[in-house]
Amino acid sequence: MSSDLQDQDFTDEVEHGEELWNPGHRACAGCGPALAMKYITEAAGENTIISQPTGCMEVVSTPYPESSWGTSYIHNIFENAASVASGIEAAYKSFDRRDPDHLDVEDSDDLNIIAVGGDGATADIGIRALSGMMERGHDVTYIMYDNEAYMNTGVQRSSQTPLGASTTTSPAGDVSIGNDTNKKDMASIAADHGVGYVATASISNPRDFKQKVEEAISRDGPKFLHVYSPCPVGWSYESSKTVELAELAVETGLFPVFEMEDGEITDVNKIRDRKPVREWLETQGRFKHLFDDEDGEEAIEELQAWIDDRAEDLGLDA
Amino acid sequence: MAKAELNPSDEQQVMKGTSAVAKGVMAADPDVISAYPITPQTGVVEKLSELVADGELDSEFIKVDSEFNAASTCIGASAAGARAFSATSSQGLKLMSEPLFTAAGMRLPIVMAVANRSLSAPLSIWADHTDAFAERDGGMLQFHAEDVQEAIDHVLMGFRVAEQVNLPVLSNFDGFILTHVQEPADIPSEEEVNEFLPPRDPEFTLDPSDPKTMGAYARPEHWTEARYEIQAAMMESKDVWAKTVEEFKEVFGRDYTEYNGMIDTYHGDADYRLVALGSMCGTIRGVIDQYREQGVDVGLVRPRVHRPFPTEEIRAALGDAEAVGVLTKEMSPGYESALAGEIKGTLYHAENQPPIKSFVIGMAGRDITAAEIGAMIEETMEASHPMTFDEQESWPQLREELLQTGGDN
Ligand SMILES: Cc1ncc(C[n+]2csc(CCOP(=O)(O)OP(=O)(O)O)c2C)c(N)n1
Ligand code: SF4
Repeated sequence: MSSDLQDQDFTDEVEHGEELWNPGHRACAGCGPALAMKYITEAAGENTIISQPTGCMEVVSTPYPESSWGTSYIHNIFENAASVASGIEAAYKSFDRRDPDHLDVEDSDDLNIIAVGGDGATADIGIRALSGMMERGHDVTYIMYDNEAYMNTGVQRSSQTPLGASTTTSPAGDVSIGNDTNKKDMASIAADHGVGYVATASISNPRDFKQKVEEAISRDGPKFLHVYSPCPVGWSYESSKTVELAELAVETGLFPVFEMEDGEITDVNKIRDRKPVREWLETQGRFKHLFDDEDGEEAIEELQAWIDDRAEDLGLDA
Repeated sequence: MAKAELNPSDEQQVMKGTSAVAKGVMAADPDVISAYPITPQTGVVEKLSELVADGELDSEFIKVDSEFNAASTCIGASAAGARAFSATSSQGLKLMSEPLFTAAGMRLPIVMAVANRSLSAPLSIWADHTDAFAERDGGMLQFHAEDVQEAIDHVLMGFRVAEQVNLPVLSNFDGFILTHVQEPADIPSEEEVNEFLPPRDPEFTLDPSDPKTMGAYARPEHWTEARYEIQAAMMESKDVWAKTVEEFKEVFGRDYTEYNGMIDTYHGDADYRLVALGSMCGTIRGVIDQYREQGVDVGLVRPRVHRPFPTEEIRAALGDAEAVGVLTKEMSPGYESALAGEIKGTLYHAENQPPIKSFVIGMAGRDITAAEIGAMIEETMEASHPMTFDEQESWPQLREELLQTGGDN
């Protein structure tokens, strides 16, 4: 690390508009992930490079020749955002050491390298790239925005789709309750990789989420954030309700909000009078079929039991 | 290859092909290296790791979990402005295929050494060109080395060209035949390389103080143009390559300038000409010598560069032949060997179209004997227009008895 670089102040060299996630993107009205992008860029600021996989947020934000991104940004393919970010980090490390004047760049210590992917790109197809990035210890903050399905390709299930949701590849039918699996626990997977800082957050609480982004980027090494981001199109609800449903998912315990440091839970957003998940399910078209028959009832109970178990593990109830 | 005059400063070393290529990479001084082991390439990754571990090479070495992520990390590094290198073979190259196509589209000058090997199934670790040809249409420049020296030099020249035209490079050298052979080679000195290969100076990077969006999504009204730009850069790379081999000769003394560096010939004006890529050309030269002693006018035309395709050079090198035999270690099921098909296509607009026979040989490491090459020379001499689809390609090494019984007898 060049101490020269560390001592220099680069802030006056950076000049761009106020917003780093600019209006004009093509996200649907009420898009939860779009809010997440806004909060991420607000928290991270200008000295940031974003690596993003294919998915809604990339497609709505980068229709050539337009771009919503006020930060440096790269999209490559669906499954490699974490690897692309790893490569960027390695490049800046190399510049710092070998040739600080090589490019007009900041010292890599001050640089925020952030990979932001959907649940599909993160928990499914890109998990190997993410695993490698975490295991090797790259100084990258990985943020998974979770809208609980592959929205960009038309609402197919992912490993974050909750039990009972009807999607185009897990449709409810005469002999199907819809998706028959529970959400994969990405926070634990990240923590088990030895990731020092892991947190979950919801777009319903921007303050908390932004603080966690700030905390993450202030630390060295890999960091993992899971941010809950409802999608009115894929979930089938009125677009004005995004924040409300994100909050309700937290209040039912379906999406617990917590922080982990070095593999231990350090902070849990305790819930007083946790609401039954039924209240949340009722709000969305994708769960409508659950209220039609006994199989649906059973699925609701199964989901509730899964939530209760996790709540106990996490000490969620106040 | 054209015999090189030795530079007095050159240090000749006898070492394994993979180690020699790694030393060539070291001379190019990459900022980031990211590679995953696969036979027969593994020696390159191992040697590079060792050079980094010993402090001889100051690069970030990313110990990736797969070739897929080797290519992907190189993409991130290259987009950030780094000189990035990787190496692979066969299944590894296949696993890189998706990111590599995007590296071309994003115009990132990553250089990769590819130790060529067949693709499963059946599983095989031995050499042929199936892997390289499977990546043919991505937009990567492709070179084929005949010997270890050329494999080293192609890496250096690869960076020089790639960073001028902003396209990735696959620098092919045959698995085992070149990777595991001990050959004397000149390892380029730092001074020479400094003169030949300046540090990378990219026009656009992920510089946070000058934000850009890279890898945007393009709708139909723009996508074609991005692809056209790749085509234009490929075409431009021919001139850049021609200049590069000239400069290379001045600095290193090795002469690759024949046919603008695109093609290497041996009795290239003979009546009958064989065409082949890579290491099998050594054996072919020996057989040509024997036949010439018996008064048969036969020669060799060896494309060193396969992408960009040496169109004009192929026309000049083959148009006036009596007949041509294309010996290839690849085939395109349902048609014919890709190389033979490409050469035929190239000659379509030439003044003359010599009869061309395609011979599929040497796949998955099957040895190519002098006697077999002799037989192919003789078959080529008998070639004449017109040819039926069946006649245009033969598989001289096919073991009919295995097809009959299914057993290994
Ligand atoms: C290798 C590959 N497989 C499939 C696709 C198609 N694809 C593009 S985006 C996407 C889903 C993205 O889902 P997610 O990551 O959850 O993000 P979202 O669109 O929901 O924001 C799929 C399946 C692709 N681009 N590449
Ligand atoms: S489909 Fe959903 S995630 Fe995608 S842009 Fe629309 S609201 Fe956002």
